[in-house]
Amino acid sequence: MTSPFLETQSLACERDWRLLFEHLDLQLLPGQMLQISGPNGSGKTSLLRLLCGLMQPTAGEILLQGQPLHTQRHALARNLLWIGHAAGIKGLLTAEENLLWLSALHVTQDREAIWQALAAVGLRGFEDVPCHTLSAGQQRRVALARLYLPAPPLWILDEPFTALDKHGVAQLERHLASHCEQGGLVILTTHHNLQDKPAGYRELDLGQIAA
Amino acid sequence: MSNVFTLLLKREARLLCRRPAELANPLVFFAIVIALFPLAVGPETQLLQTLSPGLIWVAALLAVLLSLDGLFRSDFEDGSLEQWVVSPHPLPLLVLAKVCAHWLFSGLALVLLAPLLALMLGLPGRCVPVLLLSLLLGTPILSLLGAVGAALTVGLKRGGLLLALLILPLYIPVLILGSGAMQAALQGLPAVGQLFWLGSLTALAVTLTPFAIAAGLTISVGE
Repeated sequence: MTSPFLETQSLACERDWRLLFEHLDLQLLPGQMLQISGPNGSGKTSLLRLLCGLMQPTAGEILLQGQPLHTQRHALARNLLWIGHAAGIKGLLTAEENLLWLSALHVTQDREAIWQALAAVGLRGFEDVPCHTLSAGQQRRVALARLYLPAPPLWILDEPFTALDKHGVAQLERHLASHCEQGGLVILTTHHNLQDKPAGYRELDLGQIAA
Repeated sequence: MSNVFTLLLKREARLLCRRPAELANPLVFFAIVIALFPLAVGPETQLLQTLSPGLIWVAALLAVLLSLDGLFRSDFEDGSLEQWVVSPHPLPLLVLAKVCAHWLFSGLALVLLAPLLALMLGLPGRCVPVLLLSLLLGTPILSLLGAVGAALTVGLKRGGLLLALLILPLYIPVLILGSGAMQAALQGLPAVGQLFWLGSLTALAVTLTPFAIAAGLTISVGE
């Protein structure tokens, strides 16, 4: 029995004096994919931000490899790739410059690797175009190109399918599933029904456990 | 680790160069305030000379403050700050790079522009080295302290006035020392004492404020 990589113990989250969820117990192992669903305002993004350590829980605890998260900030940072709703893409920088910086937050990549990642998300030929001239879907693809670079094992993605076309959605689903099959851990929020589910797929509906 | 510092410095420089209007704003403000004064108080060299140390320093201080309101705003809105907070690199190092880039393009530009404006106020040439040194030592403190306020107010819709209220009291020692150094030089006295004080405050600000800025940003991002 392997110990869970990421674990929550009776986690509760409150925002603006409104209780979003409480008594949330989760155990996540490498190779799993957790899809968090639920109606708008049910705390999906808040849960992700709690797991990233960006927010502090109202009650309960998050454990990383059995240790409390606040003592494991560095271990979490080395293992985590977080793409939020705002993905940190600068409109004034080109796709290549954006990726060069975002990947340098983990491991510095050379130009070749970045061009390959951009080609993998279908942005060949857009490497040196300022991102503000790209469409919303293309900007999302720039952010998602990080997943095609050598990346840490834990991926926490907030609505990664937003603005992607059908083909892009299918490709990303396949990529996420293959990451899980290689021992990675994916936590994502989406309203979309996943077609390509890996063996370790789980779903958490925050609408059902809401207080 | 230093690799990330230089990469971020380059990235910020690139971003600033692609928004030249934002760079020009504080400089134009600085130049306008100083150019308007002789018109308002009259062209008496003696009076302008006496006023010039305080005038240049107040104008520089307000110009820096003006440029700081938006320091972290766009990084906050587009999610860059979240990426910095969750990255394995120390946040104080990243914010130091950010403030360094900002100072190189706004503070340093003010320092370089100041002698020209000082001559317009009739400041004698022998005071120019002290003017340059005092601004060179003082403006980094203004940028770093201001960044603490900017980090705390970045999540607010209209943080501008609050930023000024928070930060102005902290600016007062710098203002007194900076204009004091120039006043001493104007009267032919040594200004070394004030400059040493400014230098030690700069060293203190460079070492301590990155931690305060990082803490402020973590709070703002966690809201």
